[in-house]
Amino acid sequence: MNNPEPRNTDYSKIIDDGLWSNNPALAQILGLCPLLAVSGTVINALALGMATMMVLMASNLTVSVLRLYIPNEIRIPVFVLIIAGFVTIVEHLMHAYLYNLYTVLGIFVPLIVTNCAIIGRAEGFASKHSPLPSIIDGISMGLGFTGVLVTLGVIREILAQGTLFADASIMLGEWATTITLLENYNGFLLAALPPGAFIGLGLLLALKNLIDHNMRKRQRSRIAVETIDGNAEAMISRPD
Amino acid sequence: MVMLNVILALIPGIVIYIIYFGWGVLVNIVLASIFALLSESLLLAIRQRPVFTTLLDGSALLTGILLALALPPHTAWWVVAVGIMFAIIIAKQLYGGLGLNPFNPAMTGYVVLLISFPLEMTRWNPPLELAQQSLSLLEAFRYSLSGQLPASMDFDMISLATPLDIARERVDMGMTISAIKTEYSIFSNLSGKGTEWINIAFLAGGIWLLFRRLIDWRIPASLLLAILIASAVFWFINPEYYLSPVFHLFAGATMLGAFFIATDPVTASTTPAGRLIFGAGCGLLIYVIRTWGGYPDGVAFSVLLMNLSAPLIDHFSQPRITGYLNPKNQQQDKS
Repeated sequence: MNNPEPRNTDYSKIIDDGLWSNNPALAQILGLCPLLAVSGTVINALALGMATMMVLMASNLTVSVLRLYIPNEIRIPVFVLIIAGFVTIVEHLMHAYLYNLYTVLGIFVPLIVTNCAIIGRAEGFASKHSPLPSIIDGISMGLGFTGVLVTLGVIREILAQGTLFADASIMLGEWATTITLLENYNGFLLAALPPGAFIGLGLLLALKNLIDHNMRKRQRSRIAVETIDGNAEAMISRPD
Repeated sequence: MVMLNVILALIPGIVIYIIYFGWGVLVNIVLASIFALLSESLLLAIRQRPVFTTLLDGSALLTGILLALALPPHTAWWVVAVGIMFAIIIAKQLYGGLGLNPFNPAMTGYVVLLISFPLEMTRWNPPLELAQQSLSLLEAFRYSLSGQLPASMDFDMISLATPLDIARERVDMGMTISAIKTEYSIFSNLSGKGTEWINIAFLAGGIWLLFRRLIDWRIPASLLLAILIASAVFWFINPEYYLSPVFHLFAGATMLGAFFIATDPVTASTTPAGRLIFGAGCGLLIYVIRTWGGYPDGVAFSVLLMNLSAPLIDHFSQPRITGYLNPKNQQQDKS
């Protein structure tokens, strides 16, 4: 569109934004529907995260390449069309090669179209940047989303079933086995139910805010110390 | 001191509960109180708040006792621990501690347990007079901590469905209320054996609290009235299909809920009209959940649902401010 590309693209900032500072799940709070519904087990979370990341990458690239040709007034329908196209491709691929996984994830694969995180990146980033930064943004945002999804999946699966990677074989093939962490575990049913997902996400959000808060505090005190040191050095080096 | 007086008022009910249902009740209360004080201290320490002075307000202890009273006697220690930790840590301290929690902590903990461990949470034991055998205090402690019963017993000998459960299940199977009452010896004059006396004792404790003006009369009065009206309507329609109003008033946790749980000053409505609505809502929901729901009792869910509505009720039931005609005129004055 009409805003020009900045000269020096800061790739490390793009990656940091996607993975942490502006993480789609923990900072933008987007894409909650799949995040809460599919994070019951690690494998479901991983599969949906990967599918989302693929769609995000492809849609970011396409939107970025076409950004100068998309009329501003109808950009949103065009974005949706592009995203829907890639979701259809991913859905058919899963249907063909990972049929069991496809049946487990069910409606949530086609629902990737409605994931606000994807259209948010198309509108907020890809339509204003050239293809390479857009792909990097797609990958890091996708990884950030997958990371939160899998973390929530780990917590919920351990609490609810006492296992990890249950049914891993439907995604990874026959070699993958379920790890049973707790034998004869009764199961904390709440973790498997929607409230468990909400509470888990709330706790993860709190954890991120805590880490950010501590990092800011440490940074501030370091800057203060450096300023004092600098002043002292300046006073020593100046004879009068 | 309010909380400590509330605990004092619970004592007659607790004593009757122990007399009728055995030492398991006391074991639950002791374990729950210990876990409640521990998790409250831990979270206060982490949040860098004064630990000892805050513990003295008695709110954590009260949460522990109320949750313990909601549990079936002879509950395993880890069930108690999970419930209390959820109640104190997540439902209370993470929201900012006493005064800031939107949901009643004890009931939140109970609902978490009921949803997560349905098997453990529905194993009620019969009143002692119907039980073939019962546990001594020491055996009850050992059973809670290790899950081991004395060699001569298994759990089926000391477990029985509650009157509310029996009535709902059998009515669904097509039995009439009068046939159920004659067939099952757990039923008694008012409601169930033991249950009726526990409810009377909690009622007495509640009335004492009312006289000392520690709780507002509006919530218990409207709650009990709502149960009475709702159950009376359906009872008059078909007394062989719906339980009588008297039964509902003295069964399950009605009196405990009306006087000790729904009246929690933090999570209930605060306006006078709002309290009437709050109590009536609780009472109606209790009747609905008991009659058409699938849970042992409806008090916890009803109180939580009304906790959820309390801010809205408060918003629409603001009392008239002295000197103004009504809130609408007040707004016109401003504009």
